[in-house]
Amino acid sequence: MSETNTATAANGWTPEQPIVSLKEVRKSFGELEVLKGITFDVMKGEVICIIGPSGSGKSTLIRCINALNPIDSGSITVEGQEVHDAHLDKLALRKKVGMVFQQYNLFPHKTALQNVMMAPVQVLKQDKKEVEERARKLIAKVRLEGKEESYPGELSGGQQQRVAIARSLAMNPDIMLFDEVTAALDPETVKEVLVTIKELAQDGMTCMLVTHEMGFAREVADHIYFTDRGVIVEHGPPATFFSEAKDPRTQEFLGQIL
Amino acid sequence: MRKPSIARAAIPGVTAAARTDLPVLHSFKAAYSSPDGLGFSHWLASLPPWSLFLLVAMAGLWPLSALAQNGGYTAGQAFDALLRWIPFLLTSGFSLTILISFLTMLLGTVFGVLLGLGQISRNPVIAKTSWFITQVFRNSPWLVLLFIVMLSFPFEIQIGGLIIPVPDWMKAVIGLALPIMANISEIVRGAINSVPTAQWEAAECLAFSRRQTLFEIILPQCIKRMIPPWMNWYAILTMATPIVSILGVDEVLNLARQAIEAEDNHPELLIPFYSFVLVIFFIYCYPIARLTIRLERKFAVKL
Repeated sequence: MSETNTATAANGWTPEQPIVSLKEVRKSFGELEVLKGITFDVMKGEVICIIGPSGSGKSTLIRCINALNPIDSGSITVEGQEVHDAHLDKLALRKKVGMVFQQYNLFPHKTALQNVMMAPVQVLKQDKKEVEERARKLIAKVRLEGKEESYPGELSGGQQQRVAIARSLAMNPDIMLFDEVTAALDPETVKEVLVTIKELAQDGMTCMLVTHEMGFAREVADHIYFTDRGVIVEHGPPATFFSEAKDPRTQEFLGQIL
Repeated sequence: MRKPSIARAAIPGVTAAARTDLPVLHSFKAAYSSPDGLGFSHWLASLPPWSLFLLVAMAGLWPLSALAQNGGYTAGQAFDALLRWIPFLLTSGFSLTILISFLTMLLGTVFGVLLGLGQISRNPVIAKTSWFITQVFRNSPWLVLLFIVMLSFPFEIQIGGLIIPVPDWMKAVIGLALPIMANISEIVRGAINSVPTAQWEAAECLAFSRRQTLFEIILPQCIKRMIPPWMNWYAILTMATPIVSILGVDEVLNLARQAIEAEDNHPELLIPFYSFVLVIFFIYCYPIARLTIRLERKFAVKL
């Protein structure tokens, strides 16, 4: 999927450098500081999971990466491009970064196929026939053949979420952000969405997930970050993260969940 | 809806916080008509269809009282007069009423939509101005607006050598269109705001521009929601058109009055003629109200 931007970008970014880089990111909502100096790097093709208790700033963090929320200080770069720059070409950023939400947010007046086709046709001005062909392949990829003409209201939560993933993929992003994408689903349908994300990760897509699915994080993630009250408390590859958690907060959290 | 807290209401002389283990009695909530802005259509549509016969019957009962007066002019004569005038009242009077209501709605909708979009503009000057215009015309008495337009507009417009006369009924259209425009502006603003912000965000993440999001994603979703209140305003407007008769526009009410005059102003003519006007308004607006409520129910299910 990520055949674009493999060459050195205009700003000197090369694929060997971190594709997403956060440095001392701070963000407040009024009095409440939700991000208190977050720093980490994501390499191309990596899958990282951000876990932590509710209200620890996970969703805010991921929303800052594609400039849905502004930050107060620090820096976030995507492929070498500073995201929080007044002159940022937001459209260019969002062509690189796909995002999937907890509530799917499909366009209810369009069919599944139209949902997937809309952005490439209207934003990227790509040829409608080509896009349709690609969209049908993407729908097949998320295992929804036969649902092309269904409206979101006629699909289950898990099916809607997979359409949402296909819709993001249609823009050929280099990075995919998943914001608690299974939190609104019932346990049976969680799996079908996770399988889709796993296949995506195996294809080499750079993925950042905010999730409560520990089993999934252990299986798919290259690196896990645990956040609490706006800071990264602990992080590491799943092999060590789950067995050797040192911080008491992490231990407590894992103890409750596992 | 958040219930008003009793604790927050200041009681003179009481400074301590309320403390009780008694069950709290919440304020009484009276039954009220639905706050969806379709009050008029709800009321009209809730009338049973036989209301029409009731109306006609009431007009028909009048002869009994008239006969008792025995003034020489009989009820039969009054109805004969009405029958003679009905074709004229319908073709010259009510057709103008409908024309005025159509054109007013057209004008009001075009400018109302523009004003409504202006209200959600990111440009604060445009947004504030649109908001202000909307509030002014929504909250002004219609008749005052009509008088201002009637008296301030020229009776003809000269463009180069071309002189375009502006008849009174056309000025009435402009005067009535102002409040309609303002109310449609609010319908548009409300409908756009009723679409969850998550839709805007989803579109933003797919690199849609604000304009594309509005026209391709947001508006198509809210057009259905705008239709019932829009039709409600059309029914209200149609019912309100007789006020232009005060300004001398020859719509149905004015012509009915003139017809009575032409029939020598017999007081026995009043009820048949004006009841007839009432009945044709009912016949015209009742189906609109019923359709409005049906559409509202149908669209309410989705999303």
